[in-house]
Parts: sequence; C-alpha cells; structure tokens
Amino acid sequence: MSKVATMKDAVADLVRDGDTVAIEGFTHLICFAAGHEIIRQKRRDLTLCRMTPDVIYDQMIGAGVAAKLVFSWLGNPGVGSLHAIRRRVENADPGPLEIEEYSHFGMVCRYVAGASNLPFFPIRSYYESDIPTVNPRIVPIASPYDGTEVYAVPPLNPDVAIVHAQRADAGGNAQIWGLLGCQKEAAFAAKRVLVVCEEVVQESVVRADPNRTVIPGLIVDAVVEEPFACHPSYAQGYYDRDNRFYLDWEATSRDPEALAAWLKEWVFGLESHRDYVEKMGAERWDSLRPGDAPSGQVNYGEYA
Amino acid sequence: MTANEDGAGGNRTGERGLGWSKSEMMIVASARQLADGGVCFVGIGLPNIVCNLAKRTVAPQLDLVYESGVFGASPRRLPLSIGDPTLVSGSTAVCSMFELFAFYLQAGLVDVGFLGAAQIDRFGNINTTVIGDYVRPKVRLPGSGGACEIAINAKKVFVIMRQGRRSFVEKLDFRTSPGHSGDREHDRRRGWWGSGPTVVVTDLAEYRFDEATAEMTLARLHPGVTLDEVRENMAWEPTVVPDLAETPPPTDEELRLIREELDPQGVAS
Repeated sequence: MSKVATMKDAVADLVRDGDTVAIEGFTHLICFAAGHEIIRQKRRDLTLCRMTPDVIYDQMIGAGVAAKLVFSWLGNPGVGSLHAIRRRVENADPGPLEIEEYSHFGMVCRYVAGASNLPFFPIRSYYESDIPTVNPRIVPIASPYDGTEVYAVPPLNPDVAIVHAQRADAGGNAQIWGLLGCQKEAAFAAKRVLVVCEEVVQESVVRADPNRTVIPGLIVDAVVEEPFACHPSYAQGYYDRDNRFYLDWEATSRDPEALAAWLKEWVFGLESHRDYVEKMGAERWDSLRPGDAPSGQVNYGEYA
Repeated sequence: MTANEDGAGGNRTGERGLGWSKSEMMIVASARQLADGGVCFVGIGLPNIVCNLAKRTVAPQLDLVYESGVFGASPRRLPLSIGDPTLVSGSTAVCSMFELFAFYLQAGLVDVGFLGAAQIDRFGNINTTVIGDYVRPKVRLPGSGGACEIAINAKKVFVIMRQGRRSFVEKLDFRTSPGHSGDREHDRRRGWWGSGPTVVVTDLAEYRFDEATAEMTLARLHPGVTLDEVRENMAWEPTVVPDLAETPPPTDEELRLIREELDPQGVAS
C-alpha cells in the first residue's frame, strides 16, 4: 500500500498542536522542509525534541511554534549561537520557553528506552555534574546486582518523529547511509512517523540491499518525496552542507526583524519546498553537488 | 585585548612580533600533546583543527573518533562541523550515536577526549552551560553535548581554551563536566575510567595537574608570555612547577598546515 503523500498533507495529518515532535538527524539529514511546513501551518505549543536544536529549531522557535525544548547541545554547529532560542531562554523574549536538558548520550538513551518499551535507561554519565540538579528527571540508581551507581534517564516517546532518508519505497521502507545519528531510535520510539526522502524508489531497490534499511515501513505513516529537503543541512552523496547559510544565519537570527523577514520571504511567502528550491537557484545547488565516491558492492547470494 | 581573545581569527602574523598568533600557538601546543597516538575523541571547533593537525604531524596513526558516529575518520578537507560529510567518506566505520557513545566511549576504548570550556576551575571542572543563574542566565551557552560523558569516560582529558579572568575562575557558575575533586583518594575511589583533565593548553600557557593535590599547575609559558601576564589572566594564584619551561615555538610546517590546509579562512586561528 502506498503511503506517499505531499508534505502539506502529511504535516496536516500527522503534526497536531501541543504534540511532542522530534525532527532528528545529527548535522546530516535534518529535514528543514518539514520544519518549514510546520511553521507555514502555524502549529502551536509544540514540545520540540532534538539532540542539537540547530538552525531548524531556531527558525521554528523564532516563528512561535513551540512551548518547550528538549535538547543536549544548543548551538549553531561550527558557527556560534541560536539567538531566537537564546532570547526566549535568557530574556523570555517574546515569551518564556521551557527547557529540559540532557547530555548527548542521555538524549540518545532516552530514545533507546522509548523505542524498547523500557521504563528508563541506565548510563555512566552525570557523576558529579550539576546537570541532574537542574533536571530532576535524571536520577542516580544502584545496580541491583553489585550496587554500582549509574544514572537513569526516562524514555522519550514523541507523538511524531520526522526523519529524512536518501531513499524510501512507497511503503516507507527507508534507507540511509552516512551519519546515522539517532533517527532509527527516534522513529521506533515515536507514535507516528513521517519519512521524507530525496527519492522514492521501487521496493526491489530496497530489497536488493536490506542492510541499508534503517526504518521499516512497518512503523511509517507517510512518505514524502522532497529533493533538497535538508538544505542547509545535507544528504550524503546528494548535496553538501551549505556552510554559507549557517554562517549567514548568525546575523539573521541575532536580529528579530531580520528573522521575521527571512521567515516571510523563505517560508510564509512560498507555497512549498519546490518553490524554495527554485528560489534558491540552480547555481547554489550546483555549488553543493559532491563528486562521486560509490561504495563497493557486496554479494548477498541467491538462495533459491 | 586582541581580536583573538574573543574567538575571532585574524591578526596571525606580527602579533607580539612573533610571526604567529596566540591561537596558532595554542593549536600547535595542543596538537603536540597527541604524539602518543591512540584513539582520540574529537570535539567541535578548536579540537577539530588540533586533532587534524596532529594527524598530519606528530601522530599520523591517530584514530579520530567523532561523536556524530565516525571511527577512524580520514577527512580530505577540514571538517566544518563534527557532522561534516567528509568525515564519512573514506572512514573506517560509521555507526549510530548509541553505538559510538556506548561501545566506544562508555566501554573505555577512547584514550584521549578533547574538551573546550567557557569556565574552568583550578581542579579542571568545566562549565559549558550558563553564565549566571541557570533559570535566568546572563548567557545561555550550548550545554553538555557529549562533554559530560567524555570527561567521565575518556582515559585522559585534554582541555583547550582561551585564558582570562572570566574563564579561569574560582567558582564555576555551573559544573557541566566533572574534573578532579581536589581529594585524590576520593578521585581514585569514584570508579570512572577517566581521572579528570591531564593537560590544559591555553593561548598563554600549558598546565598539568599536580600528582598530590590534583591542582592545575603552570608547566610551560608560550614564547613571549610572562608569568605576570598569566597571573593577570586567571582568578587564582597559580602554582608553578619548579622548572618552568617555554613552549617550543611553532615550526614553519605547523604554521603552513594551519594557514594553508586546516584553517585557510582564519576562522579559529
């Protein structure tokens, strides 16, 4: 059964006001196009979860979609700050933003617990750190076997996880290569899953290389084909990270008026990500195209 | 205050008439700490340049681990973030972040972890979370990322940061990542792989931690830096090793690699 939908319909169907939403992807495969559609549809009071909120959550929080942020590293990677988020946290400007903070491993293990139907996950982080003092959901516990002290983090089960893949079939079986982040964990932990991909491919393409399938259609609600959906993040083998955009974001994000103007021009003023791609222009996309480095092939064997 | 002290690049030549910038000296001195090779967990920003310089100079066999899920990275260009696609192509292994943090880091396979800091105290405890109060911070910093678990699980921790009265403090505003407690007996009993930071390299000097007291101790001054200047740029009176040495200056090759290959835009150096 085909789950292929448009971004507009998929977001309208799967993302609701007040939801806990995880758009994951660690630097790689961050689905900006889905974030933009959530902004466009004016969702409100979301709890946004991500290890690294990145520019996408700065845009979404700057646009007023969120009431709360759950994260482990808050910055513009390799550049500096996320000023729309900082304004909310430091000065409650234009309103307060509730935060719930972990370390990277803590966030990953929250998804693992959520995906595994476990009440908590134990890790050897947080000893003698102040993080548990500001986040009472991180709790020291003793091993029932030898008393070793570890810290428990609670499961994270988003209402909806949005993950981007290089390719998926119409049933939602999604294949990813390059950095895997914690998309698989987030997807299995979520109640609803939206897969966005660069290309929808035939099921036979997936079945020819099953080791590369990260997310099975079994847990996927909708599939959206949206080329360049990760810009200014990247898709390994398809387009490079647009570092110029990340650098430019520093000035845009610092000035609330510039941020509002950016949202008006690049999100509210456009119908869809197709328009965004066209507006960005062929020259920009050409500049981000990588050279070729194909993998070798393995032989799975025919066992008829 | 020079342009370098607030993190901006530039002013590379002619600063203090030495032919290199303070940041370049810091990068070079840090890279040389990695001469023993092994498995090195690379952080964002300066550590990224440092580790890639070390791989091109003192430690070609260094295994670079990135928290984004790469073991044995062999980047063709300087990675502009810790999730740069150049880290993936040609690497030894790519894995999920769960595997990276659980099987590589928490299980004790990482020899050296690199950390930066907004604030550090005399025992190597680190703040990367907030300046001021946590609930209404004066400055909201990025937070832990992987720093807290690197501090706890890497066998050795190297810190690289610019030094000043606001960064070398008596009391942290927030302890993100634990260092030494000041009680060696307590530290030995706490049962982590790591032993707190072993080296701190700044734009002015290099510090080690005293065997008995676990206190950060001034071990080397960078060329052209005086002891008074170091004192002016920290909030406590430093203990100094008896045989205070000078850091050997950057070589032409080290400077060439930084300027031509690793940071041609001068973003960090």
